[in-house]
Amino acid sequence: MVIDLDKCTGCGSCTVSCMAENNIPFKEDESNKKDSLTWMRIYKITNGKSFPDTETVYLPRPCQHCGGKGDHGHSPCVTVCPATATDYGYDTGIVSQIYTRCFGCRYCMAACPYHARYFNWWDPVWPEGMEKYLSPNVSPRMRGVVEKCSFCYHRYQLAREQAYYNETDEIPEDAYQTACTTACPAGAIIFGDLNNPSHKIHQVVKPDPHPDPLNQDVVRKSRNPKVFRLLERLGTNPKVYYISEREWIRKVGDSYLDGEWEKVKNHYGSASHD
Amino acid sequence: MKVDRRSFLGLGLGAVAGIAISPVGAKLTDDSSIWTQNWPWTPVPPDGKISYDQSVCTLCPGTCGIKVRKIDDRPVKIEGRDAFPVNYGGACLHGIAGTQYLYDPSRVKTPLKKNNGRFEPISWEEAISLVAKRLGKIRENQSPDTLACITDTDQGSVAGLFRHFMAAFGSPNHVTMQTLESWLALTAQTLHGSGHTLGFDLDHADFILSFGAGFIEGWGSPVAFFKANAGRRKRDAKLYQIEPRLSTTAAAADRWIPINPGTQADLAMAMCGILLQENLFDPEFAAGFRGGLNRFNAMVKQKYPLEQVAAITGISAADIKKTALAFAKAKMPVAIPGKGRGDGAQSLKEFAAVHTLNCLTGNINKKGGTFVKPVHNYLAFPDPVQDTVAKKGSTRKKIAASVQELVTKVNQSDPPVVDTLFVYNANPCYTLNEPGQAVKAFEKIPFVVSFSSFMDETALSSDMILPVSTFLERFEDVPSKAGLASSVVGLARPVVDPVFDTRSPGDALIRLAKACGGTMAQSFEWDNYETCLKNVVPGIWGALYKKGYAQILQDPPTGRVETDFAFLADNPPTISPQGEFDLVLVPIDNMRVLSTVPASSPFAIKTVSDRVIKNKDIFVEINPQTAKGLKNGGFVTLTTPAGSATVRLDFNEGIMPGVIGMVKGLGHWFDNKYVAGKGVNVNELISPVIEPGSGLDAAFGIKARISKA
Repeated sequence: MVIDLDKCTGCGSCTVSCMAENNIPFKEDESNKKDSLTWMRIYKITNGKSFPDTETVYLPRPCQHCGGKGDHGHSPCVTVCPATATDYGYDTGIVSQIYTRCFGCRYCMAACPYHARYFNWWDPVWPEGMEKYLSPNVSPRMRGVVEKCSFCYHRYQLAREQAYYNETDEIPEDAYQTACTTACPAGAIIFGDLNNPSHKIHQVVKPDPHPDPLNQDVVRKSRNPKVFRLLERLGTNPKVYYISEREWIRKVGDSYLDGEWEKVKNHYGSASHD
Repeated sequence: MKVDRRSFLGLGLGAVAGIAISPVGAKLTDDSSIWTQNWPWTPVPPDGKISYDQSVCTLCPGTCGIKVRKIDDRPVKIEGRDAFPVNYGGACLHGIAGTQYLYDPSRVKTPLKKNNGRFEPISWEEAISLVAKRLGKIRENQSPDTLACITDTDQGSVAGLFRHFMAAFGSPNHVTMQTLESWLALTAQTLHGSGHTLGFDLDHADFILSFGAGFIEGWGSPVAFFKANAGRRKRDAKLYQIEPRLSTTAAAADRWIPINPGTQADLAMAMCGILLQENLFDPEFAAGFRGGLNRFNAMVKQKYPLEQVAAITGISAADIKKTALAFAKAKMPVAIPGKGRGDGAQSLKEFAAVHTLNCLTGNINKKGGTFVKPVHNYLAFPDPVQDTVAKKGSTRKKIAASVQELVTKVNQSDPPVVDTLFVYNANPCYTLNEPGQAVKAFEKIPFVVSFSSFMDETALSSDMILPVSTFLERFEDVPSKAGLASSVVGLARPVVDPVFDTRSPGDALIRLAKACGGTMAQSFEWDNYETCLKNVVPGIWGALYKKGYAQILQDPPTGRVETDFAFLADNPPTISPQGEFDLVLVPIDNMRVLSTVPASSPFAIKTVSDRVIKNKDIFVEINPQTAKGLKNGGFVTLTTPAGSATVRLDFNEGIMPGVIGMVKGLGHWFDNKYVAGKGVNVNELISPVIEPGSGLDAAFGIKARISKA
């Protein structure tokens, strides 16, 4: 997935589409954002300058579906889960969450550098009659388990079934799109198979086939100078990329010591070292 | 028996072996794992056949096509419709949350009648006959003009039916709420003559000069304009945003020009002056100027000298000039008026002055420009049948030209000038400035009938509620409006049977007219709303029904239009924030909070930032410079001439010093724990100020002060 922060208007359609698609409940008071279940959360970021030089940008944050160091599938959350309730899909690159296995230790939440995981402190309650709009494709969760964005895995399953029915192995690009992607009114989200050169996302991100010469743990670094990932140098290898024309926004994606940014800002993968 | 060491060990080992071999332990573990993984209280959504229905969303004036995914007959998800010529796929958060409105806790489930301050359910038959009886009495008294009607808009066949009803009844007193569309139509009428409205081709414009229009925050048709903004960078189109705070639109703009609140009209006038004096206006288009271009030019020169306007607006003279020149020299410049969403209180002078900039560049009725569109009336209602009472009534003078004026007139008169009031799809008891006045007027009017889906403030202030189906449960024609360049009518159609005992507003009116009998019944000969709709949109019904939409204007208008400068040449006064205090409170239109009808959904409220609402408290944006000595996040008392409220401070470098911003659309007081009772309704803190030129409320902001709570 790649999210264009210059197109994003922070309208919240992706968040609501995600909540409607994945049967995410709501409570009377959702202003405590730490216990508010939002698989897709939108952060508002400012450049920290004072009036009138202030700038702001919205940054939508789904689960980053990390591949872990070297992209070997050892995502931060997967490695700590004692119940094998979360797992890395080597075929899809999607980090799964199996609610019935989860016993709520919340190690994964502590391990996730992106705060992408949420704990169900309460059982979900819908106002009378409202459970009629729930979708049968995603099971509602119960108290005591952790949940997070699944890249709309049920949509992948449907697309795969359709492909099987059509007797093909190939899932067309438009057959599997996440709810946030299809909802985005600004067209700011592109979703597809990062490894498939015919997919738009591959053409935009241009993932580097070689490990990053500066940090061997980082793979598939974007060769597009406008593209960055969150906390990229940690080596978590997220599958969510962000685009922005504005340098200060790209710098916000990671924490840099004084002078560090200057050294790495024009570095985009092994190609820039040729 | 003696227990020696040997038998003790033997027994012990035997017990251990027994427990180990026995299935009881395994069974208990198994059982406990099964029982702890049963959650009978979490719903299991039933599976079924997937289907998709196509319809149109009517939650805002945007007119977006939607696709509703259904499982058997349950709608489960709303998405944008790809092949719809307004939004082309994509939907906003409110439309996507549309399924929540079906089951909203504040829905009116059956007709209700107020008895001693409490609502009691009654049947539809009873409700209709009660209203009909009341109306009969009014006609007996030969005073049909004491029936008044408030609707959200005057467009589409539902508003048309209300108009038809009022005409047949013999009352001229049908007023509508102020929306972006009504302001644009009024502007077009003032400058180009009646029967026109404005549309903006923001998809192709290469320079957008926005006078505070939050065109990626809900202004106009949100999805269509989000898309226009997303394509802006690719075609290298510039956006300059002029407003007191760094809104989302300002943050996305190439330049944000902070301006003192309420001075946009003066700035636009000064810019007109620059264009005229620098000879940067289009001579060909100028040939169509009427009503004293020279007088206008002389007036602007005299009354809006650059230095003076610079002092008023807080923008440097050089900056004003630079911006005006950049605008004039762009190939396809468009200036857009309407602060925030552009509805409610706005200023006609500001709209007219901003649109005059468009006229001067001559980028009118051209690709990437502003379209002065004829209001195409695709509706063909038959002439209402009027008896003598109705004929006499309809020639009487209209009580009020706006809802605000109606409220004032009712509160000033005794007995009230209105005997019975119909309200449809409007919530004046919440959305008007100083809504308490509307509540007072509603109490004073002897009989208020609310055609409403939700138990909102206005419904609560009514005497009878006729519950109306939501947009997912009924037919309705939805004309595109609100600044769109295209002219499309969409068809909303029922995707689910009414969840409660509700009716389409059209059906309710038709039944009411039939119950009134006589010429009223003759005017409403249709069996139901569906046949009525079929009959009043004869030319386009086929396309509407088959495709879900119809183009009513194939191509955008071309050619020169006449422009009349008389209104602006008279230099109407600018409405500035009223009061004695040092600070200015301005309402903020936030994309995630709806501010009219319906109120926001639980999902939408869930997405609202914790720097807007925390627990039940609302935050106001304030520049840290203004809030010296106060704490970020601290509680303060915010006082304006209209009232005061306890709020929390959100230190924000993105707002001009001296300005306080408060999100509009919160502080509801109806019964819905997910949506209402959160924060403060900013309208309660703002007093209306009637603009002389338009006769409408133009108070966008008011003077305020803060003190430690």
